[in-house]
Amino acid sequence: MQVDWTAFTPVASLAGGLLIGLAAAILILANGRVAGISGILGGLLQPRAGERAWRWMFLLGLLAAPLLMRLGASLPPMHIDAGMGQIVLAGLLVGLGTRYGAGCTSGHGVCGLSRFSLRSAVATACFMAAGFASVYLLRHVAGF
Amino acid sequence: MTALTALTALLSGLVFGFGLLLSGMADPAKVLAFLDLAGAWDPSLMLVMAGAIAVALPAFAWAGRMKTALLGQPMQLPTARQIDRRLVLGSLGFGVGWGIAGICPGPALVLVGAGQIKGLVFVLAMLAGMLLFALLERRWPR
Repeated sequence: MQVDWTAFTPVASLAGGLLIGLAAAILILANGRVAGISGILGGLLQPRAGERAWRWMFLLGLLAAPLLMRLGASLPPMHIDAGMGQIVLAGLLVGLGTRYGAGCTSGHGVCGLSRFSLRSAVATACFMAAGFASVYLLRHVAGF
Repeated sequence: MTALTALTALLSGLVFGFGLLLSGMADPAKVLAFLDLAGAWDPSLMLVMAGAIAVALPAFAWAGRMKTALLGQPMQLPTARQIDRRLVLGSLGFGVGWGIAGICPGPALVLVGAGQIKGLVFVLAMLAGMLLFALLERRWPR
């Protein structure tokens, strides 16, 4: 394994991580809800009474974050190298997979691991392993 | 939902979005560099997870002892424990999709807010996948 130290951003990534943890802490302590983004989105597609407004507010915050940041600073780089076909396939897989697996990087990865949930640890191990394998196959076997 | 819980939900989403932007998680190329163990590996995202858990862990430990959240709503911590085929296959499918584009659900929404067309296409496809799940669940309930 070859580490790309020039791309390594330990301070910004740790600080960003602390903010993500703070966001999850606010939602669970103030509202009693888990900050799992696929669950928050999916819940809007299968709604229960009274559980819609907070989901919209949370998602609005996520969407507004780059707009607000742009007022005071320039946005960090956001490069999407995948072509449109790959984007559509990836989106479908992420949508279906996170709903069947009942969580994504935030719900299982951050919140689940913080609760010492074995179920979330298994889910996290599965999507991490599949992510590593997927990139390996695409980049080093198929040559994308 | 009260005005105050609406505000804290909005604040949580905002802080989450800032965290994704600052950490590099909202940059699909950086995510793929983390997932590419055989290439020039960028370990930054391990620190994102470490930082997030360092703050979330004590918060969830406290939340576990609460019956109602600070603003009065019932505490809804997940109760599911089962490790079954749905969990494993679903998570594997998610991981494959994550590896194709380097985008997971939170960063996808941030990309839309940043005006990225491919981010919007990804979100529409992701919503289609979630709707497909909802339809399949209705047709063949668990």
